[in-house]
Amino acid sequence: MIDRIDQTLGFHQRALSLRAYRQEVIASNIANADTPHYKARDIDFKASLQGAMGGRGGPLDLVRTAPRHLPAGGNAPAGARLLYRTETQSSVDGNTVDMDVERAAFAENAVQYEASLTFINGLLRSLQSAMQSQ
Amino acid sequence: MSVLNVFNIAGSALTAQSARLNALASNLANADSVAGPDGQPYRAKQVVFAAKPVDGGGLGVRVTGVVDSVAPPRIMYDPKNPAANEQGFVTMPNVNVVEEMVNMISASRAYQTNVEVMNTAKTLMQKTLALGQ
Repeated sequence: MIDRIDQTLGFHQRALSLRAYRQEVIASNIANADTPHYKARDIDFKASLQGAMGGRGGPLDLVRTAPRHLPAGGNAPAGARLLYRTETQSSVDGNTVDMDVERAAFAENAVQYEASLTFINGLLRSLQSAMQSQ
Repeated sequence: MSVLNVFNIAGSALTAQSARLNALASNLANADSVAGPDGQPYRAKQVVFAAKPVDGGGLGVRVTGVVDSVAPPRIMYDPKNPAANEQGFVTMPNVNVVEEMVNMISASRAYQTNVEVMNTAKTLMQKTLALGQ
């Protein structure tokens, strides 16, 4: 029984951490909308979740032997694979952030994140009612 | 925590955009300053943005420097001006007011967007904290 709860919650937990990661990536894109040569990034959510469920780990992390080393790979959750966004309208300064696309993706991802939270809440609530005595 | 990182990222963008607003406010204020602190006409300032990795992942923004605009100065004919040369021309600052206004709109919109991003992250975080209640 417990392993089945873990299985169901585990799926939502992975989905939630991928959603949170995507939120962070899109926030980076929006923050760098005016930075020259910045390339917009995103993750393929479906492929990432499939990878996470299939046991694929996150991107390989480089060992940092000095405090001034930049983190590479960083804190990406299991399965996440960062891709570059195909640009719709190129700009002269080499920036590929399209504000409309990013804002739409940010809003959509926020709703999906809330949906994941709702699923988890519903799961916990039905577990609670199943455990009640009367 | 990824969602908490959004605050760092959007916060760095807010700092960068307000630095940009500061620079263009000084440009607009000095659009007619014939002499700066060094005696030369004021030169328009421009901020340079660069992506910066923030602690815990994600890319924020950083202002790497404030550069003087290389646009040619505006030359105005005003023989009565004490700063005029022998021919009666005054070298005015190279501030383009129209450009600065456009820059201001862009900076304020970017600032607003990042505040929105922060608000969304805050809502998501609060809902996450209320999980299972």
